[in-house]
Amino acid sequence: MNLNTSILKYIEDVKSGTFTVEEFTAATLQRIKDVDTDVHAYLSLNDSAINDAKKIDQKISSGEKIGQCYGFPISIKDNICITGTKTTCASKILENFIAPYTSTVVNHLQNEDAIITGKTNLDEFAMGLTTEFSAYGPTKNPWNVDYVPGGSSGGSAASVAANECLASLGSDTGGSVRNPASFCSVVGLKPTYGLISRYGLISYANSIEQIGPMTKTVKDSAFLLNIIAGQDVHDDTTIDNGNANYLENIENGIEGKKIGIIKEMTTSDGLSSEVSTATKDAINDFESLGASCEEVALPTIPYTIAAYYTITSTEAGSNLARYDNIRYGYEMESEGYEYNSYISKSRTKFGPEVTRRIILGGFVPSAGHAGKYFLKALKVKSKLISEINSAFEKFDYLIAPTSPVQPFRFGEKIDDPVTLMLLDYNTVTANLTGKPAISVPYRVVNGLPIGMQIMANSLEEKSLFQAAHALETKTKLPEVPL
Amino acid sequence: MTKIGLEIHCQLTKLESKLFCSCKANYREFEPNHNICPVCMGLPGSLPRLNQKAVESATSIAMALNCQTPEKIAFFRKNYFYPDLPKNFQITQLNVYGDMSVGGEGYVDVEGKKIKIRRIQLEEDPGRLIYEGASDRTKITLVDYNRAGTPLVEIVTDPDFDNPRQVRIFLNILSDLLENLGVAEPGLEGAMRADGNVSIEGGNKVEIKNIGSFHDLEKALHFELTRQQSLSERDIEIAMETRHWDDRRKITISSRSKEEDQDYRYFLENDIPWVKIEQNTRDTLKENMPESISSKKERYIHKFDIAPQVADIIASDRYYSQLFENAYSEHNAKDIANLITTDVIGFIDTKEKQETSKITPKHLSDLIDAINAKTITRNSAKVALQEIVKSGKDTDRILKEMDLGQVSDSSEIDGIISQIFEDEKQAVIDAKERPETVNFLVGKVMQKTKGKADPVKTLELIKSKLNQ
Repeated sequence: MNLNTSILKYIEDVKSGTFTVEEFTAATLQRIKDVDTDVHAYLSLNDSAINDAKKIDQKISSGEKIGQCYGFPISIKDNICITGTKTTCASKILENFIAPYTSTVVNHLQNEDAIITGKTNLDEFAMGLTTEFSAYGPTKNPWNVDYVPGGSSGGSAASVAANECLASLGSDTGGSVRNPASFCSVVGLKPTYGLISRYGLISYANSIEQIGPMTKTVKDSAFLLNIIAGQDVHDDTTIDNGNANYLENIENGIEGKKIGIIKEMTTSDGLSSEVSTATKDAINDFESLGASCEEVALPTIPYTIAAYYTITSTEAGSNLARYDNIRYGYEMESEGYEYNSYISKSRTKFGPEVTRRIILGGFVPSAGHAGKYFLKALKVKSKLISEINSAFEKFDYLIAPTSPVQPFRFGEKIDDPVTLMLLDYNTVTANLTGKPAISVPYRVVNGLPIGMQIMANSLEEKSLFQAAHALETKTKLPEVPL
Repeated sequence: MTKIGLEIHCQLTKLESKLFCSCKANYREFEPNHNICPVCMGLPGSLPRLNQKAVESATSIAMALNCQTPEKIAFFRKNYFYPDLPKNFQITQLNVYGDMSVGGEGYVDVEGKKIKIRRIQLEEDPGRLIYEGASDRTKITLVDYNRAGTPLVEIVTDPDFDNPRQVRIFLNILSDLLENLGVAEPGLEGAMRADGNVSIEGGNKVEIKNIGSFHDLEKALHFELTRQQSLSERDIEIAMETRHWDDRRKITISSRSKEEDQDYRYFLENDIPWVKIEQNTRDTLKENMPESISSKKERYIHKFDIAPQVADIIASDRYYSQLFENAYSEHNAKDIANLITTDVIGFIDTKEKQETSKITPKHLSDLIDAINAKTITRNSAKVALQEIVKSGKDTDRILKEMDLGQVSDSSEIDGIISQIFEDEKQAVIDAKERPETVNFLVGKVMQKTKGKADPVKTLELIKSKLNQ
């Protein structure tokens, strides 16, 4: 059975009886068994996946009404809650946390008869770009297991790339969907802030993060967005998308569209020559598709990394304060501790990157320092928003490579936090401004993927998919060698 | 010069649900930790969703306290670790970058002095810590999160009070006002709490926390003023600090923790978008706001000629004023008001009694009608009221069952008088010599008729018989 298939093709095949849901699910679980010891995309598996598949097959054979997903297998990043299952955030501090409720996105998927394969690995609390900060060991890049898969949704990206599922849900705070999508050659979308409910997504920096689909094709991404997007009574920040159908007119092309090439992201010092060459080719492809490309300068961009880490650390410091191991958490002997020493001790379970950001988050918004750091970061954010809004008055899309570099080897950058931070250079702008952005697999050079990022104006996902799909038709990529 | 300011917390107990989830705002009826959900427990991944009704109630309070109310409001996180705080931050409001809490710059008139309201903010109440089985060896603190997330309004005054007495009057006015608005029940245990700050001439500001009741607040303020004055007389500097009220010893004690230095790292709560309070919402709130206590009082005095002290008692109490408003008509308002303050209050002077009382406005108007028609006496009315409160039966039926109808038939009263003249010969002689002792005989008639004889007619008849 060919597991390297799209959701849409899968649904056709199930409908036409080429294979049953159970057959495909079993094959997927076998694939996980075969490759995940090498890849380590999953932190836990759904024991009832086969049963779920049987139920859907029964529905199909009895002619009962069936959800749009027809039982396709999807993995979920382990910072998204599902009732009765462990949700660890790849942290020791949530080692035993079993969610008592299900996130809105997973509810939508289950209502439409998707099958959850399991929970995927991430950098602890989604802070990182390589999954090396997972407390349960890193995920490997299916294209070359000596290389990082990107992060923080590295497990999600790898699970899709290694055919251990057909799609995954990740979360993107500063590039955490798009970066691993680029590194593992899958499609990763960070939608407009508020388009997808965050209810059940464990917060890291709640003012800018979004859940996003990770898929094999652009159409699959649109298909998944149809299912999970929209206003939610459990999340006051969600917006009404008028039940948009993102698949509609997805093949319309980009003839006559105006594309801005973000100067700061395509000429930065950190850009590798391979990525630079690929970007030039992508621009040529866009032009051959009938769009006109022009360089655009967004002078605030060099300040975005500093602003991003200031804002996210501030919010993380607050969002992660609840992990005091009093109401839930892990086994810890409390004898001999009073409240303050108990929580200090319990919080030593956080890993190095989380600890670093919590410490930073205690400092940058503190009285006496907020003016120099936190409030300044907010100013950068609002300046960036007005800059990008005026750019979108002129352009339909803004493009840049998703990551300035290709995947690198394990251990290569983990000891240099500042270099790691710079890998977010091309992705944080979409988060700080709330704009939608998508990473499209564009090329594989020296056996390692390169993704292109397209950004559109708020709530212009439909148009964004049209451009992404158009670019996708220009690419011909090899199969994953695993 | 003495300066006292207050920080008052009042729960919006009349709301159906908590501030950010659908758990009950009335947490008091639950077993510990049985009025909780992922949201108010701050479980990973949960998000607050704002109770719009709470915003409306808080805005009403701001309006009733003559505050400016902004067009849009925001929420902030106040970050600190405490076991009663499930998220280890509290969602509250702040007035830093302009007007962003539900209200500010208001005032309350206290005996002609304007007490300024600095700001009013809407926030979540934390859980409750219960120190149980605490001994020196094993100290156990239990946490009950039922209260966590209950909508709370914080009202901060300027340091405008000159003395603790003014504070007490202010708090009485405030709690009557909140109750009258129908948003809070200040009488409920723990529903309204106040912290004070006190300074005297030349001294630093001292905050007093942990005061259990308004009664204790007055005591705490008195203690603190005396303490500061005695320090000042001995030229000892009054330190700027936070002190806790020791309920057992009735003194204030310096809190060693430097709470005033704590950095709360306030920043916007981005999970709750800015809330617009449209002009028409504010207009509607204003329109639907119950009449204020002072305007009610004025109306009672001027329209119905009710005595000021009677008007004050009725207007200040939501229960009595509702009873009054539904019972009176143009011709009997004053009588109804007097009946309430002289007799009704005696039977239903507590919340519990008011809740179980079966009395209706119609009972009151029926009783007044009966008194005015001389069918019963004032005395009988009081006896009847006691039964009405208990059983709620019709006034007519109660008067009949208890045989309370007034005796105004001359011949019947005459007969009784003749009998008494026989029995009380000495009193008759006394009355003839000293007319002021005639009341003894009237009393005897009343005794005999169980208070049902028309007292005016009785006196008339006795007088004429004495003159015979």
